[in-house]
Amino acid sequence: MPLLKPDPTFYPSPRLAMQAPPEKYAFVAALNPPGSKLNDALMVVDVDPDSRTYGQQVGQVTMPEFGDELHHFGWNACSSALCPYAPHPHVERRYLVVPGLRSSRIHIIDTKPNPRKPKIVKVLEPEEVFARANYSRPHTIHCGPEGIYVSTLGAPNGDGPGGIFMLDCETFEILGQWEMDRGPQFLHYDFWWHLGFDTLLSSEWGTPNMIENGLQPDLLLASKYGHQIHVWDLRRRRHIQALDLGKEQQMVLEMRPAHNPTKAYGFVGVVVSLKDLSASVWLWHRNDGAWDLKKVIEIPAEPADPANLPPMLKDFKAVPPLVSDINLSLDDKFLYVSCWGTGEFLQYDVSDPFNPKKTGSVRIGGIVNRTSHPKKPNQPLSGGPQMVEVSRDGKRIYFTNSLYAAWDEQFYPDGVGSWMVKLEADPQGGIRFDENFFVENGDYRVHQIRLEGGDSSSDSFCFP
Amino acid sequence: MFTRFASKEAILPAIRSVFREWALAVADAVGWLFAVGLGLQEQKRIAVLRALPPIALGHALSIATIIAAVLLARVTVPPFDLKIAAAAILFAFGLYRLFRSRHPNWVGMRVGFGDLTLWSFVMASAHGAGLMLIPLFLKSAPQTLAPHTAPMALHMHPTCGLEFSNFNTPSLLTSSVAVHTLGYLLVTGLLAMLVYEKLGVGMLRRAWFNVDLFWMLALMATGVLILFL
Repeated sequence: MPLLKPDPTFYPSPRLAMQAPPEKYAFVAALNPPGSKLNDALMVVDVDPDSRTYGQQVGQVTMPEFGDELHHFGWNACSSALCPYAPHPHVERRYLVVPGLRSSRIHIIDTKPNPRKPKIVKVLEPEEVFARANYSRPHTIHCGPEGIYVSTLGAPNGDGPGGIFMLDCETFEILGQWEMDRGPQFLHYDFWWHLGFDTLLSSEWGTPNMIENGLQPDLLLASKYGHQIHVWDLRRRRHIQALDLGKEQQMVLEMRPAHNPTKAYGFVGVVVSLKDLSASVWLWHRNDGAWDLKKVIEIPAEPADPANLPPMLKDFKAVPPLVSDINLSLDDKFLYVSCWGTGEFLQYDVSDPFNPKKTGSVRIGGIVNRTSHPKKPNQPLSGGPQMVEVSRDGKRIYFTNSLYAAWDEQFYPDGVGSWMVKLEADPQGGIRFDENFFVENGDYRVHQIRLEGGDSSSDSFCFP
Repeated sequence: MFTRFASKEAILPAIRSVFREWALAVADAVGWLFAVGLGLQEQKRIAVLRALPPIALGHALSIATIIAAVLLARVTVPPFDLKIAAAAILFAFGLYRLFRSRHPNWVGMRVGFGDLTLWSFVMASAHGAGLMLIPLFLKSAPQTLAPHTAPMALHMHPTCGLEFSNFNTPSLLTSSVAVHTLGYLLVTGLLAMLVYEKLGVGMLRRAWFNVDLFWMLALMATGVLILFL
């Protein structure tokens, strides 16, 4: 049923979204570790400091089938519904679109009326996704001008190409592939856009066959994983330009464009460089009408005793940072970088996007360090900072510790654990742990976090 | 009667017409908003103003299409049949849009004159902007007034469609579309500048009522009323 006034969680601009009231709930994708017999679940975590159940899991909805590997998910509608060229402001931000990365099953979950008791209202079975989209392994969800955009890693048979398909934001019908002309694009991972420039950008990981049995060292050393980003005409759905970061830059993952629609730049993280195991963050920007790239952050590998390293890394005598996720605050001021390998979480001031300045760092977990959380100082932690989410006002940062089931084992062979933490961010720069917020879960691994009412990677805006 | 109350008769319809244009512009909701969006994107007032002519033109084309269709139908279709058909179309359109409010599939902030004209045409058509004007063109022309008094009537009653019925078809089409579009342009421009310069887009959160619902109900009601014309 359409609303009489715009959904109160839709904001015309990122600036207005920052004035939103703080979130009270976080929805967290929870996946069954290998060997478990549990179905995956979506967890609800209380993030309201005034609540008696603050920092605890207060709800859960379990998926109907086994083996989904819930990963990234998103809303049916968000602030882009206010875009002036295709406004539909009276739909509700209400349903979470939650895909299984391994099963290709997509769940539509209703978060109203009680966010503590979300309910599954529709399931798109894998066969339907294969038949109608000719894609598989759905991943990132973005609500946008034409409805819901779903990222996928590959074709139904597990090869490429991966790409994007569309869902209707009200009926959740699969509308078909998004691309009209994909040009040379084959590998796919993340995507997002600059709505003010009618431009979509996409990144590269690997096809399902390249990743589902774990990271394959032979493919990695032969530079077969993704090392490009692609620029698309969002309006005509055509490939415009491929930007190569260099073959040694392996696995180009999360894309975070500036939220301000008048700014044409953004950041993308690279997991590892074959040259020296470093990780990096690159800036894409518009230069005389074409798009260009520049490496703006490089994070070196840390020397380590081979005895403390998993078999895959022993020969290198170093622990790679493995930048797996990045996130940009809504004012485009702070960039957060997860180093899943070293267990470091970094904050950069990117007011000048060409010259980021490091303004904060905390450590937790890590392949070698196993740094503990202040709430349980004697408990060494495995896993590292991974999926990160920033609150709309930019003052609270949440992150979880699992990467991808088949890969967790390779880097944390004795178990990756399961934890979610929260940081407080100083508006002037600087981050520190909220010592009272440490959510552990014995049954599940935890992955992406979405905050009630929207967060720093869920919404896009058409007004500055 | 027309001459005796000329001045009063000239003002009332003018006020009425401004309200109607206002309602149309707000109901269409998006022409002025796109102009604001383009202004904010380029961070220039001139971008708001530059967007107005194509938006008005697209709107005019959409309305002209509907009015032309009615005027054409009036020549060939018996009045009673036309009335029934018009009523059915309005009612059905309102009902359909009430239950299936698919949002328009348009993507693109980088738009030129042609793009904006097309966009405005599509939006106005999808909204049924022209349909609401149909009743004004259904009544057959009174035989008593001679054609040469028509320009006078236009002058005094800018948008009272009934008075237009005196015209021969092409001039009736042109003048009614022109007057309607002028009103639309005025309100769209005022609203766009007001929001761009003063109010800011934050007002969307408070003041963007779902007039679509009322608009569609109004279309259906008008459909029913046509039957009693």
